Amino acid sequence: MSQTAAAPVTGATAPTPIPLRELAPWAIFFGLLGLLVIFFVSADQGAISIPSGTAIHEWVHDGRHLLGYPCH
Amino acid sequence: MTARAFLVRGLLAGLLAGFATFFVAHQVGEPHVETAIALEEAGSSDHTHAADADESSTGHTHAEDGTVVSRFDQRTWGLLTGSVAIGVALGGIVALVAAGVAGRIRSLSLRQSTAVVATIGFVAVALVPFLKYPATPPAVGNADTIGARTGEYFGFLLVSVVAAVLATALAVRLVRQVGAYAGVVIGIATYLVVMVVAGQVFPTVNEIGDFPADVLWYFRRASIITLATMWGVLGVLLVGFLGRLADQETATARRRELAASL
Repeated sequence: MSQTAAAPVTGATAPTPIPLRELAPWAIFFGLLGLLVIFFVSADQGAISIPSGTAIHEWVHDGRHLLGYPCH
Repeated sequence: MTARAFLVRGLLAGLLAGFATFFVAHQVGEPHVETAIALEEAGSSDHTHAADADESSTGHTHAEDGTVVSRFDQRTWGLLTGSVAIGVALGGIVALVAAGVAGRIRSLSLRQSTAVVATIGFVAVALVPFLKYPATPPAVGNADTIGARTGEYFGFLLVSVVAAVLATALAVRLVRQVGAYAGVVIGIATYLVVMVVAGQVFPTVNEIGDFPADVLWYFRRASIITLATMWGVLGVLLVGFLGRLADQETATARRRELAASL
């Protein structure tokens, strides 16, 4: 009886945690990469300019405004 | 499950969320950006012709000085670039956070813990910073204060993220000791108290001047809809992708158990 009721196989149980030692290099590298991408879209060539100029600022201008970042 | 499995699904969910965000921002937000730029150009013609040198030194550009990007490119390809870049970056980060908390928040399933991460992410990264420093349309904002405003915005964002992480860790710990109801309420209340105090401490920015209130409201409403699209689509897709992964893992484990028992 209980075997027929348990027919749907789901991932409803708690998963086994991924060891932090295994996760750390992925989290550090891709976390930094993600923050760098967010920096270039959200803030570059506003308060800080790497590289100098306004090309990145102008290109992502509308996204910067609509995603709520301080623009100018 | 591996970090790679989480990251791949996060990047895909973020890419799709980026496209959805572009579509919503373009349809809902761009009309108000255009209105604001029209107001800015109408306003600047009165007084800045006499101060051309002054204008060019502020670095405040709208395809009039500095690098020229046409309005068409800004509202299509430029907006798409920004939306997709932010979507993929957020997708990767949220997926790795989901990988870190999987199996570590009490007995929550992978779907549940991932939904918790996406919900807290939206509140802490998008909603609460928006309430303190709401998005401003073009024509609002003094170019001379961009440095201070950028620092304040990202400072407040950092406080919000750190407070959310610590309050969540506190809640997970308390749930074990005082039960789920009290633990979750205390965790959320802690975050709210910290952010209300931070909101009082951080300086107020008000550079709106005589910008029309209706256009400002329409723009800000469009902005929060855009942010909600980003986080909503990202969260829903990531929960869906990771949920399927958890189902497959469970099925594989059951088959192995069955094979071992024969």
